Parts: sequence; structure tokens; C-alpha cells
Amino acid sequence: MKKVAIVGYAQHKILPNAGALNEVELLMPVVHKVFADLGISQDDIGFTCSGSCDYLQGAAFAFVEGLSAIQTHPPIKESHVEMDAAWALYESILKVKMGDAETALVYGFGKSSPGNLDSIISLQMDPYYISPLWPDRVSLAALQARVLLEQKIITAEEMMAAVVESRKHAASNPNALITDLLSEDLYNSNNYKSSPLRALDCPPISDGASAMIIASEDKAFEYTDHPIWIEGIDHRIESSNLGSRDLATSPTIESSAKLLQLENINFDVAELHTQFSHELPFLQKLLNLGDVPINLSGGPLVGNVMMCAGLDAIGKTYESLVKNQLKHGLAHATSGPCLQHNMLVHLERQS
Amino acid sequence: MSSDQTPKDYRESLIHLEYQYTAGSATTTFLNQVKEGRLVGQACPKCKAVYVPPRGSCPRDGIATTIEVPLTDKGCIESFTVVHIPIPGNPIVPPYVCAMVRLDKANISFLHLIQGVEIEDIRIGMRVQAVWKPKEEWTHSLENIKWFAPIDEPDIDVSTLRFKEA
Repeated sequence: MKKVAIVGYAQHKILPNAGALNEVELLMPVVHKVFADLGISQDDIGFTCSGSCDYLQGAAFAFVEGLSAIQTHPPIKESHVEMDAAWALYESILKVKMGDAETALVYGFGKSSPGNLDSIISLQMDPYYISPLWPDRVSLAALQARVLLEQKIITAEEMMAAVVESRKHAASNPNALITDLLSEDLYNSNNYKSSPLRALDCPPISDGASAMIIASEDKAFEYTDHPIWIEGIDHRIESSNLGSRDLATSPTIESSAKLLQLENINFDVAELHTQFSHELPFLQKLLNLGDVPINLSGGPLVGNVMMCAGLDAIGKTYESLVKNQLKHGLAHATSGPCLQHNMLVHLERQS
Repeated sequence: MSSDQTPKDYRESLIHLEYQYTAGSATTTFLNQVKEGRLVGQACPKCKAVYVPPRGSCPRDGIATTIEVPLTDKGCIESFTVVHIPIPGNPIVPPYVCAMVRLDKANISFLHLIQGVEIEDIRIGMRVQAVWKPKEEWTHSLENIKWFAPIDEPDIDVSTLRFKEA
């Protein structure tokens, strides 16, 4: 099967409330930018795939509306996932690997500001036993944080460090939503939202859009001398029954890491889709990342566009490898409560 | 056992979510004009197609529709249906006619009511014009137009309305 490379990525500046701008108006400039960077157009794209969520928009078939941001004449081959666009990337990679397309445009968009995200996210869970209880996303995350703290897998200091560091890193990310530095005192005086999570341990409500272009090994060198190869990608999901999961570990991440043989790779950089502060030290240990710089973009704690943040982790890893001429990058995307569904992506820069 | 005595082993649990809907900047501009009794579409700078109501982008070319195009409130019926089933909460009593109305110079049609004519006389291609509510009732809504009613002009062959590239 053909190797696949990321050759372009663009991200809208993350906004707390895009106001009058609708999803299409957020997405269009991003798609135009990713094309302009490569000097190509939709005519050069073999497959188009998006990630979005009807419940975020409060409208059926949100992805069809989203297509208004894309040139669809002559007719295009197109698909959609009702998931983070990281999974739209996964579908696109399969298309290219199977030889159905040489290039693909992947994009995601989401506005969390119009609705109540806590209620919306609770609808993604098991509709029989869990969703009717309307558990909010922060309380669910707090369950896992509590387990990790009590089993001494992580510490409260590590959670604080994740938040403080994310603000420092955000300074170099022009698209970050939050860039204010945070002192330890300010963190410690912050109220709990759902113990042990303080409001500052949670990601900000965010609006935005991102787009990425991938190409087969036959095409990639037309766009760059140093393609960023997708050396490995794997995603796995755990039970929707929270009571049957051991929240102190992640069998999905462990098995994906094993399958991708990550233990043999010295990563130069990693971007993890860690929406809550406790998830960062947890995954750092689980993936043996030790001294590897993590979330140099600031990560989801400084901007967390639903249906995009997973793709953004991959896009930011790509950007780090390109900009700093690094060799190996690791990206992680997640969905579902308490890191239920996880994707790991190993990127490698052609030297 | 009659059906009302059958024990229920389920309950209905309706989902209630509230949203602050955003029309988008193009549609907002359009609705501001509608409030003043004007219909202003937007055209694609590339293929020149005119969209009303505008959504801000040309779905054909994927670019912003930056050209404002003032339109009349006259057009024709591109397609229609007779509604016989009452919709809960809708004050209109069936049977009534919903039509895709294509305004003159526009390249897409929008859904509106047809009144002021016997249902059996309504036909595709029929010329219609907006019947507006009194000015003091105008708001940011296409409901400023009560309905479209036929006007005494020759029918249009709707096949001639198909989009042709400029």
C-alpha cells in the first residue's frame, strides 16, 4: 500500500464566540489558505472528508451546509464523519492507501458557543443508561481525574503544571484562544468546577475550523521536498459502559502504542488531545514520553474547537516537524468520555 | 386488554437543547434589507450565480459571494406542492400550497406560500409577486412577505431557468 504524507495544514484563529460568523464563513478562509499555501485548488483533490456535529450546530446535516465552503463543481468525491476531523483524516488515509485517491482534503469545524456544550456532549453517550442522566463532560472527566489522583498515578502538582505550561506555550501559537500567563497562586485560588477539576483545568468554549491536505507518495514530492509521512496511525475504542472501564489505565492507548511500536521511537515532539489537565500527565506516563516536549501549541487547554481539536493535534505536530526540521512526532486524538476512544499518529519528516 | 390498559415498559424522554442561532454575516445583511422591504441577493464573483437568500458562499465554487444584487419581488413558481396534512403549531389551515419561488435574476429558489388563486389553477412557471405585510409589522424575516400571488404576465418555461455558466 502507498505511503501517505501530510503536505498542508491551516487553522482558523480560535475564537471564544465567532458571533455572526457562521460555520461556512469560518471554514472558507481556512480551506482557501491551505490551497493557497500549496498553489493548488479543489480540482487537484481526489477525495474530500469532513468532521462535524449536528448537535453543536443545532441543525440536521451540518456537514452539507459545510460543503458550501468547498468548490463542488465539477462534482467531487466526498464523505463525512460525525466525529472529530482526526477520524475524517483516518478515512482519507484509507482512501489514498487503497489507491482510490492521490490527494485528500480533510477539514473540521465547530462552534461550541451557540449551545450548552455540557448538555450536547452528554448526548454522545450510551442513550439507554447514561445519556438520560445528562452527565456533563466536566463531571465525567473529574471521575477519571479522581481515580488517577487516588491511585497516585498523577499528582495535583502535575495537573497545575499542565495548565501553567499550556499558557506559556500558547505565547508562540498565534491561533490560541487563551494566551494570558497564569501564576501558581492564581491557579490555586481558582474555584472547583467539579472536584478535583478547577475551572482552569478545563478547556475554553471555542469556535473554529481547520483544514489539512494529504497526498500519496507519488504526489507528495510535487508539493514539498520534505513530506511529513504518516508512518503509523491506529485508533481503538473502549466500552460505552463507564462502569466496566478501568479509568486508571487505557487499554486502547496501550494496544495502539504497541501495534505502532512506539517504544522504539525517540519522539522529538508530541501533541496530545488532552482537554483536561489531568489527562496530560496521565498520557505522558502511559506513552513513556518522559522529556519529550508536549503540546508546544498550548494544546486544548488554550483552545479546544470541538470536532477539530484532534485534527489540530495532528496538524500542530506536522507544523512542529516542518518548522523545526524535527524527525519524529506523535499526535493523539480522542473522543468520548474519559478518553474512551483514542487515536495515535506517528509522523516522520523525510530528511 | 385494550391498548390504554397495556402496561408501559418505557417512557418518553424528550431532549431539550437551546441554541443562540447565528444567521451568518451574509444572511444577516440580507435580513436587515428584508426588514426595509428590499430583497437583495448575493452573486458569486466567479460563476455570477445569484443566491437569495444568500448564505455567504457559492456552493459551486466555494468562494464568498461578495457582489450585492438588488432583486424585485417578482418571480415564478419553479415547483409546488399542495399540503393536506396539518403541521402541529402551524396556523395555516390545509389544504394550502407551498412553492419554490424563483425571483427574477436569481439562480436559486426559496420556499414560500402561494395564495390569492384557486389551488387547481396553480402551475409550474406561473408568474407571481410578493404580497407584503403592512410596513409597521416588518421584521428580520421573510415572513414580512405574507405570500406570493399570481400576476397577469405570461408563464415562464422553467427549463430556461437552468444555470448556465457566464
